[in-house]
Amino acid sequence: MMAASDGPAPDRDRAQPRLTGHGLSCRRGDAALFSNVDFELHAGELLFVRGRNGCGKTTLLRAICGLTEPARGRLCWDGRDIRKLDEEFRSSLLFLGHRDAVKEELTPMENLAVQDGLRGEDGGDDARLDALERMGLAGREDIPVRHLSQGQRRRVALARLLLSPAKLWVLDEPLTALDVRAVEMLLGLFREHLDAGGLVVATSHQPMEGLRNARALQLD
Amino acid sequence: MGKMLWALLKRDVSLIVMRRQDGLTVVAFFVIVTTLFPLGVGPELEILREVGPGVVWVAALLASLVSLERLFGDDYRDGTLEQLALLPCPLALVALVKVAAHWVSLGVPLVLLSPLLGYSLGLEGMELVILALSLVLGTPMLSLIGAVGAALTLGLRGGGALMALLILPLYVPVLILGSGGVVEVMYGEAAHAHLSLLGALLALGVPLAPLAVAGALRIVLD
Repeated sequence: MMAASDGPAPDRDRAQPRLTGHGLSCRRGDAALFSNVDFELHAGELLFVRGRNGCGKTTLLRAICGLTEPARGRLCWDGRDIRKLDEEFRSSLLFLGHRDAVKEELTPMENLAVQDGLRGEDGGDDARLDALERMGLAGREDIPVRHLSQGQRRRVALARLLLSPAKLWVLDEPLTALDVRAVEMLLGLFREHLDAGGLVVATSHQPMEGLRNARALQLD
Repeated sequence: MGKMLWALLKRDVSLIVMRRQDGLTVVAFFVIVTTLFPLGVGPELEILREVGPGVVWVAALLASLVSLERLFGDDYRDGTLEQLALLPCPLALVALVKVAAHWVSLGVPLVLLSPLLGYSLGLEGMELVILALSLVLGTPMLSLIGAVGAALTLGLRGGGALMALLILPLYVPVLILGSGGVVEVMYGEAAHAHLSLLGALLALGVPLAPLAVAGALRIVLD
């Protein structure tokens, strides 16, 4: 199957699944986590990965990012194996793991500037200020992250979602440490991203309500 | 891609500079180890001169070892390393840039201090120049070899001691060539051969060590 080029018509975009997994099996040490998991995700859809603790949700997400090799099965982005795409795939991916990847010594503004610089995307200070303000961190831009609470750190990490042009968001427990209002806002962000043709893969133990185009994937 | 790597270099250097105590610890360690030798061996300048090149080099080796734990440790703990592995550029280049930043901020101070410490051990003139020069060529190699060990032992309990066991034997050629060059000058010979070999090691290490580091980091992140 040929890959869709970068700017296909929306209709065609929706007809072809952009991210697919076939017969995925993962192991962790000697323990088999899950086997024969299939999923496909079209532009504008969210994949909600659910399951009990230790069933391999994080491993599946890390496999989708290419950080972990699945024991069996294939993961494809636009019909091509992500292992072959490599750098091309990574530039359309934004991963947020358990750990925030936020530097304690730096302020939220500096953290975002560094992350923008690393990904070669410089939106400028105004965009970063706006992002932090939207995440409810107005007035905290210049306080070293060391002095912020766990939830505020999480918000700094999530502010990257607003700045990155990445199409595919892979988020591991994005709702942890967030208060009710932040959860609402994050779900709003998901909606915007999905409406713009983006894709989201997320795990959570909390329910994510009010999202259209959400598919659930139950791991056992 | 160049811009990304430049951003990474700036980030790493400024983080090390911000955490002032890290750099100071390494430099203080270098100075203290060097000054312990006269206290142990005695103040006769002839003997100190004899052991001087070796002492400065061993101290540089140990100081470099002390500085390595932080090379990937912090990024690993706070999740940044995963993000670096997901950058749209090869992980080996990311590793090379991190090692370069590490050397610029922690290796260069050792090079700058070495003539002073050499002088305090009775070395003089050309010997001091060659000492600094051998460290210029040798300390990047120490950082490169050390990075492989640091990546392999990342996240292990007691990783520091294991890292020392892994790395110190690999430092031996650099130590022999580095201090050997200064000893040659002491006896009126030229240090070209030693310095050239150090340069050759470095030329091999720059392309090869980052590949090993990248491989080790992938295993750690898996």
